[in-house]
Amino acid sequence: MNALILSAVLGVVMMFSGIVFKDKKTIRLVGIGGMIALLVVNMLEMGGTVFFNVDAKGMIVFDRFALLFDTIAILSALFYLLLSARDMEKVGINYSEYLALIFFILCGITLTSSFRSLLILFLGIEIISIPLYILTGSDKKNLKSNEAGLKYFLLGAFSTGLMLMGMALVYGAQGSFETTKINLWSGTPSPLLIAGMILLLFSMSFKVSVAPFHFWTPDVYDGAPTVFTSFMATIVKAAVFIAFIRLFDEAFGQLQPKWQLLVAILIAATLFIGNITAVFQQSVKRMLAYSSIAQAGFMMFSIFAMNSDAKEGLLLYVTAYSLATIGIFAVLIKMKDYTFEGFNGLAKSQPLLAATTTIFLLSLAGIPLTAGFLSKFYMLKASLTTGNNLWLVIFAVLMAAISVYYYFRVIQAMYFKESNEQQQPAEITPAFKWTLVTLSGIILLLGIFPNLLLSWYYF
Amino acid sequence: MISLLLILIPLLTGLTAFFIRNEKTVRSWVLFSTVITLAVSILGLTVLKEEKYLQYQADWLPALGSSFYVKLDGMGQLLCLLTAVSYPIIFIATWNTSYKKAHNFFALMLLAQVGLMGVFLAMDALLFYFFWELALIPMYFLCSQWGGERRIQVTFKFFIYTFVGSLLMLIGIIYLQSKTADHSFSINLFYELQTQLSGKTQSCLFWLFFIAFAIKMPIFPLHTWQPDTYEQAPTATTMVLSGVMVKMGLLGLIRWLLPVLSVGAYQWSDIIPPMALIGLIYASLIAIRQDNIKRLIAYSSIAHIGLMCAAAFSVNIYGMQGVIIQMFSHGINIIGLWIAVEIIERRYAVVQLSGLGGLAQKAPALTIFFVIIALANIALPLTNAFVGEFLMFNGIIQINSNFYVWFVVMAGMGIILSAVYTLNMIRKIFYGKAVSVGNAIDISFNEKLALGVIVILIFVLGVYPQPMLDMSHGFSDGIINKVNIIHYTGRQ
Repeated sequence: MNALILSAVLGVVMMFSGIVFKDKKTIRLVGIGGMIALLVVNMLEMGGTVFFNVDAKGMIVFDRFALLFDTIAILSALFYLLLSARDMEKVGINYSEYLALIFFILCGITLTSSFRSLLILFLGIEIISIPLYILTGSDKKNLKSNEAGLKYFLLGAFSTGLMLMGMALVYGAQGSFETTKINLWSGTPSPLLIAGMILLLFSMSFKVSVAPFHFWTPDVYDGAPTVFTSFMATIVKAAVFIAFIRLFDEAFGQLQPKWQLLVAILIAATLFIGNITAVFQQSVKRMLAYSSIAQAGFMMFSIFAMNSDAKEGLLLYVTAYSLATIGIFAVLIKMKDYTFEGFNGLAKSQPLLAATTTIFLLSLAGIPLTAGFLSKFYMLKASLTTGNNLWLVIFAVLMAAISVYYYFRVIQAMYFKESNEQQQPAEITPAFKWTLVTLSGIILLLGIFPNLLLSWYYF
Repeated sequence: MISLLLILIPLLTGLTAFFIRNEKTVRSWVLFSTVITLAVSILGLTVLKEEKYLQYQADWLPALGSSFYVKLDGMGQLLCLLTAVSYPIIFIATWNTSYKKAHNFFALMLLAQVGLMGVFLAMDALLFYFFWELALIPMYFLCSQWGGERRIQVTFKFFIYTFVGSLLMLIGIIYLQSKTADHSFSINLFYELQTQLSGKTQSCLFWLFFIAFAIKMPIFPLHTWQPDTYEQAPTATTMVLSGVMVKMGLLGLIRWLLPVLSVGAYQWSDIIPPMALIGLIYASLIAIRQDNIKRLIAYSSIAHIGLMCAAAFSVNIYGMQGVIIQMFSHGINIIGLWIAVEIIERRYAVVQLSGLGGLAQKAPALTIFFVIIALANIALPLTNAFVGEFLMFNGIIQINSNFYVWFVVMAGMGIILSAVYTLNMIRKIFYGKAVSVGNAIDISFNEKLALGVIVILIFVLGVYPQPMLDMSHGFSDGIINKVNIIHYTGRQ
């Protein structure tokens, strides 16, 4: 509850800070300070100190899972601001509004991670989506950004419609919006419930860009200003996944035999399309868009398996994935050329940037000693323990092997290829470097001791 | 404690080496580190032989059922000794080769050593997998940064190949772990599984593991990455790859596959040995036609490994001990061959047999060393490889298969062919008409030292192999017993 209220307040504060402060640096500092405050109050709530005690009539429940994820999301957002807040200045003139929108999105994230009623889920998803439509189109003079914004808005609105339809059907079947009550039935489930569940499955799949609902992703991720793509592809995607697993665990847990095969097919399609298409990309930004689809395929395993390993694994996965992707995007923003050739010879001109990017890429590829490996490991383990699906797991690791190809193309460019001209990345401050080092340190540490994170889930 | 030190010393010194900018200093530093590792490894063989010194266990991921459990057993001791011996030899032999960004090169070499030691020591499946990959990553960077002209594509092929294999192995490991009594990755619990899993499951799981090991060894038809990689990698790295790293696959086969999935292995025991032996003959035939010395040695390595793989499947004490001893001998011999090749390449800038000839007059010392090592490579009596190959032959003759005659015939063919290409190579390089080798000079002191150590090891272990037999006996016996529980009860 702390984070929910404070993030909304901070959003308003950021809006007005644009009027009060003329200096962008001050606004940035206010934003970063606010994020730190948000992190602190959320951590305090984990420790048991609750400042705001609003009676939500059981529609919102801040349990360990929700609080831990909020912490992860806010921490990632903090790293995101530290690395990329400067680059938002280049997008447009409404600097303080961008920061305000990010705080509003975080407010939505705290809702989606802790809902117990479908209404709150809907509210959360919309609070996340609407600021994102704006951020996507925020580069007003860029045609691609406009196109992306419009595309995202139209398709997003459509999927929201599907979601509402699904909720209505579920309500019709069970007479309640409360997730735990939806799950209460015996005998055969009513067709209404199943239809509603499938619509919700599809609309959630759309939000996390699972194939075949992924078509918006490459264009939107590519068209949006890179700073906001970074936010969209990481923290937001992670939040929707948390909502996804919560919904299907609490509301449709009993229906698992009905949707498991469907989810398996979605996983196979996502992994296949995401990985194969990523291989053919020439722009790193677009490659990352497809890689985020592929990673979503792996995260879907947690929904497929739906056991305690899966929940722990998803928390680890979103952390590893968000931190690594934020890091790569932060480096990408500094590059003048977004193609693979743009990275040529980076190891020579910026050895530290290259080394940290390598760690992020290794983590995304799932090489041991990085958090990415253990999170993939958790996913595979969770789904192997649910039984009869060896084929899916073998397919997934073959796809993971393909992913090595495109991630390592960046490493090859950085380390083994000579740059044609002096492509010095612009303005690398020592603070930026140290944040990257911290980020890669966290990834390595979680790769060896994942319990540093996961023990919070229980204690 | 010893086992932990074997991992920690190269790890810490390797990480430090990244920061030593002076090439001379970093060279001495890594040599110092590897000598210490060698000393520790010898200490573990001689003075501190009790169990408590040889193993180390600590909590690591209790929630997952994994612990940091390392232990030196018979095979582990021999292979760790091989790693520990080969590193100083490699560094001494390549003392005068200079590298761009030498500190990174040497640091990565030591990190690869960490991975190798870890693989040989790990007694926990997840830890084993960690080190298995950890050995690969430095190799990837070493080969792509300092290799030959086509290095990037070739190394990438190598990387993807092995990565696919190891991911399949990971699935196998997770599956087995989910079947163990208390969901643990410990090897002892894995050994108990063989009676619990059905034959059909085992024969499927067998391939998940075997593909990973077969790629690493490499076994025909999964060997295509190997000649290219050996040719393109910097020679010091090739020595590690061919001398030590390929033993990871054999170790996996012997320690993690045969005793754990013995029913599965038994079901395929009429398929795998012929596959390996066909590879032996195939690689030997290609080696005969090779003009590039590096590729020739690479194919000869495939041939030798094929024989070892077949012998491992014989599952009797001769075959098993033969393989373990041969792993050590083959490592020593092939490193010797690479050192000689590196000398030739550096002095004369030629690696084609057709471009060489008559070196014996210009470089008599090199000739003597090379001939001895090459003869050891074809397993002449009194050399170390003879002991291993003799035992492996014994093993294959007693193999539990209806086709054993054919196996023996194929293995014998391989030996004859290996004599053909090795002697041919010697003739073409050292004898015959001297081809323009310019200002040929004989080998320098450090090269003499490295080759001298290898030649001494070849003779000492060839004449008196008892220490190696003692070391591997208990271990081989244990493995055979674990495998045969099923075999003998299943057959009658």
